[in-house]
Amino acid sequence: MLIKQLSVFLEDRSGRLTELTRILAENDVNITALSVAETADYGIVRLVVGRPELAKVALEKAGFSIGLTEVVCVNMPDKPGSLYRILEILTDEKINIDYMYAFSNKAVALAVIRAADAAHVIEVLQQHRLQLLTQSDIYQL
Amino acid sequence: MIWNTERECADRQQMQELQSRELAAMIRRMQENVPFYRDKFREEGIEPGDIRSVEQLKQLPFTTKADLRDNYPFGLFTVPQTDVVRIHASSGTTGKPTVVGYTQGDIALWAEVVARSLTMAGIHSGDTIQIAYGYGPFTGGLGLHYGAEMVGATVIPISTGNTKKQLQFMTDFKATILACTPSYAAHLGESILKEGISPADIRLRIGVFGAEPWTNEMRTEIEKLLSIKAYDIYGLSEVIGPGVSMECACQCGNHVFEDHFIPEIIDPETLEVLPDGALGELVFTTVSKEAMPLLRYRTRDLTRLHHGKCDCGRTLVRMEKCLGRTDDMLIIRGVNVFPSQVESVLMEMAETTPHYQLIIRRENNLDTMEIRVEINEENWSDSIRELEGIRRLIDHNIKSMLGIGAIIKLVEPNSIERSEGKAKRIIDERNKP
Repeated sequence: MLIKQLSVFLEDRSGRLTELTRILAENDVNITALSVAETADYGIVRLVVGRPELAKVALEKAGFSIGLTEVVCVNMPDKPGSLYRILEILTDEKINIDYMYAFSNKAVALAVIRAADAAHVIEVLQQHRLQLLTQSDIYQL
Repeated sequence: MIWNTERECADRQQMQELQSRELAAMIRRMQENVPFYRDKFREEGIEPGDIRSVEQLKQLPFTTKADLRDNYPFGLFTVPQTDVVRIHASSGTTGKPTVVGYTQGDIALWAEVVARSLTMAGIHSGDTIQIAYGYGPFTGGLGLHYGAEMVGATVIPISTGNTKKQLQFMTDFKATILACTPSYAAHLGESILKEGISPADIRLRIGVFGAEPWTNEMRTEIEKLLSIKAYDIYGLSEVIGPGVSMECACQCGNHVFEDHFIPEIIDPETLEVLPDGALGELVFTTVSKEAMPLLRYRTRDLTRLHHGKCDCGRTLVRMEKCLGRTDDMLIIRGVNVFPSQVESVLMEMAETTPHYQLIIRRENNLDTMEIRVEINEENWSDSIRELEGIRRLIDHNIKSMLGIGAIIKLVEPNSIERSEGKAKRIIDERNKP
């Protein structure tokens, strides 16, 4: 149930993100979700991709510094209140979310959640019968 | 072990007698063969025949880098060109290179002082030494080379660069000693980790590093990366190259081979000789060199001398690790800043690497210092909160060390250019048009 998210440290330099996506394209890696957190000087790009290990090797070879971070990817009904329900559960369990990002396209509504204790998040959400994605689910998205 | 006990353990009186004899002979050679010195002695009212004691050294005139430049290329040679068997030149960052000539005697002397240095670090016949200093006009490679052969070590004269081949030779030839610049040593250490080479395949036990100033914190970092004991070798091409002074096992400063290179510490402003333990500019008189001896050459390196006895048994005077060069010193908003101070702060933090760069600018008539620091590839968090925490910690530590603030920029691992020769740590844009 743990998903390996790619985290990439990027200096604030033009063309870096383009270069990153070019390498993923050349290696036939599909991006399922992406978010950019930026400061004045640098940014961190977080990506959920179909084949994280392969992507990591390819990006490292191109000189990027990549971290693999364990996140939880939860599938929810694409309707009002779905995300609220999940966050309420986590709050009740006193789980602090470091960061998250979410998207929906009618077929699926997904939230990528990063917390210090990912295993705890999984346990709690499963108790509430929420659908969590596996790495191979992501590959098939 | 001590390579030359008679010289390295001489008592003070013996040493001074030797220095006095050599100094008198050097002054005579200069007077007879070099118009530059002849004129200088006349101007200063010095009668060369009167110089008989090393105590008189402080009466004699200084030589500066500008003098070398004015007499470019061979104007300070005291021997005919036919006696010169080799020429080295250091890349001048400004203007002409600094040229140094060697006779056969000088080359032998150089090998001897390097042999003493390597022996001091515990290197001996049976060791395999990978010399990753540049071979060429730069004195690092060839300087280490002949001394290493003299002690009977197996030499891999690989020169600098080509990191992949360095690692292949290091493992296949089972190198036990690495000699290069400290920044390149750190780079090799990181490359070993990155290539996933097993520690069992690395046989290194000692590193001999020099040619750029480095801190004790950097030493700790390199020793950890390469699982070695790291020693500082000091030298400058004008004096001879590497092998002017060397650290012994006590690591309480570098022993200066003062039977050949007499050191003094002066106040760079008043030019007065300073006592033991005082910080000032290091000056050398190379009494026994034949092709191009130098009289009271101002190195611009800032350090201290100590004459106290050393536990290793050598009586040779010790110099501390150089704090920096007088011309490396940055004056930022009126505060003296040495890059080595910034380095010590960064080395103490696990979250950063030994790779940094200082960029000095002037904005609205105010100096600003930007410190670009590579985050540690093994050890970075993808949380902005933690990264900003690191940035603030660096900021705080720099401020408490230097007394002035700096702009801290975290940059990608491996993004600061790695020097295969000397590290380019400082970019001063203040005097650019």
